[in-house]
Amino acid sequence: MSSYSVTEPSGRQKLFAGTLVILYALITILPLLWIIGTSFKSPSDAIAYPPKTFFSPTLEGYVNLFTTRTRATEEDVKALGEPTTWYDRIVRKDGFIIAGPSRFMERFSNSIVIGFGSTVLCIVLGTAAAYAFSRFKVPLKDDLLFFILSTRMMPPIAVAIPIFLMFRSLGLNDTHLGMILLYTAVNLSLAVWLLKGFIDEIPIEYEEAALIDGYTRFQAFYKVVLPQAMTGIASTAIFCLIFAWNEYAFAVLLTSGTAQTAPPFIPTIIGVGGQDWPAVAAGATLFLVPVMIFTIVLRKHLLRGITFGAVRK
Amino acid sequence: MLDSSIERAARATPPVVAKRIQGLSDRAIAWLFVAPSIFLLLAVNIFPLIWTIRLSFTNFRVNRPNAEVSFVGLKNYINILTDSDVWLTMQATAHFLIWTIVLQVLIGFALAYLINKKFRGNDMWTTIIVLPMMLSPAVVGNFWTFLYQPQIGLFNYAVGFLTGTDPSTFSMIGDVPLAPWAIVIVDTWMWTPFVMLICLAGLRSIPGSIYEAAECDRASKWRQFWTITIPLVLPFLMLAILFRGIENFKMFDLVVQLTGGGPGSTTELTSINLKREAFEKWRTGYASAYAVILFVTVFGLASIYVKALNKVKQR
Repeated sequence: MSSYSVTEPSGRQKLFAGTLVILYALITILPLLWIIGTSFKSPSDAIAYPPKTFFSPTLEGYVNLFTTRTRATEEDVKALGEPTTWYDRIVRKDGFIIAGPSRFMERFSNSIVIGFGSTVLCIVLGTAAAYAFSRFKVPLKDDLLFFILSTRMMPPIAVAIPIFLMFRSLGLNDTHLGMILLYTAVNLSLAVWLLKGFIDEIPIEYEEAALIDGYTRFQAFYKVVLPQAMTGIASTAIFCLIFAWNEYAFAVLLTSGTAQTAPPFIPTIIGVGGQDWPAVAAGATLFLVPVMIFTIVLRKHLLRGITFGAVRK
Repeated sequence: MLDSSIERAARATPPVVAKRIQGLSDRAIAWLFVAPSIFLLLAVNIFPLIWTIRLSFTNFRVNRPNAEVSFVGLKNYINILTDSDVWLTMQATAHFLIWTIVLQVLIGFALAYLINKKFRGNDMWTTIIVLPMMLSPAVVGNFWTFLYQPQIGLFNYAVGFLTGTDPSTFSMIGDVPLAPWAIVIVDTWMWTPFVMLICLAGLRSIPGSIYEAAECDRASKWRQFWTITIPLVLPFLMLAILFRGIENFKMFDLVVQLTGGGPGSTTELTSINLKREAFEKWRTGYASAYAVILFVTVFGLASIYVKALNKVKQR
């Protein structure tokens, strides 16, 4: 059927390897599935012993995540009349009424604005710098790349002290602009490093041909190099976005109100009478699932990117 | 004759094109392209670093802006290096660093080796294994506190189910002997895929012809593994260790959400300790000196390590 090859593993080896890897993958994915599952539990199901695998799903966690509630007496509830919406009904069941929206939506949209803002800025600056590092003799080129990488060695808390002081004197504390600039700077080193790798791979002959045809350097850059570097740019952008999305240390130290992102906010969700686990799980689910979907859909570029950046060193 | 042909070519070139060629010089473009990035890095990375170094020699405190700031020389540095609490946090960090790296290298390499057997569907399962490392450490750390709950937590229940111990008798984040392992487990769960991916890239870079040649020489599988696979993957593995080492030395978000440094200060890693000094006790000068010491440590260790890595690569 097929020719014998010493490098091709035998069927038995494949079965053995596959079983072990699948077992590990299932154990790995279990905590994540548990988070998603808990978000659909009622608070009493969430803290049941033994832990419940099967339960009747409810959206209570999500309702609690998006609203603030107050306890109401029976007369107050009666005075309000029949609940008009499905979420009113869920809350009333436990003797509460909805007092207003929670801060979650704000925090979530802050995450989106800061994440995308810093990604776009980082890619624009990073692509330009990477092109220059790749194609021109920039003085101190080798040192600069080492310097760029070494900025990642600093613990975020260590950098946060002077940045806190600087932002305070510039009025950037707790602003979207401040966080966008900060995340851009943090990501820029890795972005330049990755992008330089991608641009190095594009043969320089294409640009030379374009230059001979009468393009200027700049035209050659955006008409010849950019389209070819698009895959690399896209996978670098995903990295920047995921980093900014996940970042916690700077967010918790430098933001408190208007510009606070979701990661410092989600752990602070506390219900009435102890941690409201379904609500926390709902927040975590809404926050983590987009990244999971991203990872699965874009796995080819992502996996290549992760190893690429490191392996090309 | 040569001159005249150039002149003719120049005359034949349309003026628009000639103007374009003049355009910006390469040098100007190089600077134009690099300058914004350099500026931003200077403003947000280098300037703060210099400021930190300057603050580290003073007794400045952010919460007392009107107090007189005086130059205290090396006093902050001496205080830190003679503080036994600081050495305890260093020990906690070393425990965390060593065990996460050992576990992640062993499991990560084993997984990569198995995945490289190219069984059907390996791509999909690899993606699933990679998922945890893409997620927000703070949010994940917060949720693991739920999984670690003594009675209701999934982790305790699973351990109880497998070993027969009562799940309510131990608390991973509440018990002093267990807490350091609680953070090692979560970090290993989260970051083993990173080591795995880099090892996988290393394994895939080995040409099959080398194994074929070894097979012709009647080398055993065991021998092939130790004399071909391991040496050729080693540079990749060392790179993975470097990245994990730097990241875990800085570790903050996952652990601060998971244990908050507790119980007591058993899991108080250097970053968490630094945060306490800088943003809870507001000893800015002291914390700055602390930050400088940490930076010098990472930088020094990483530089030595990179030298070793280059030697392995050259072999």
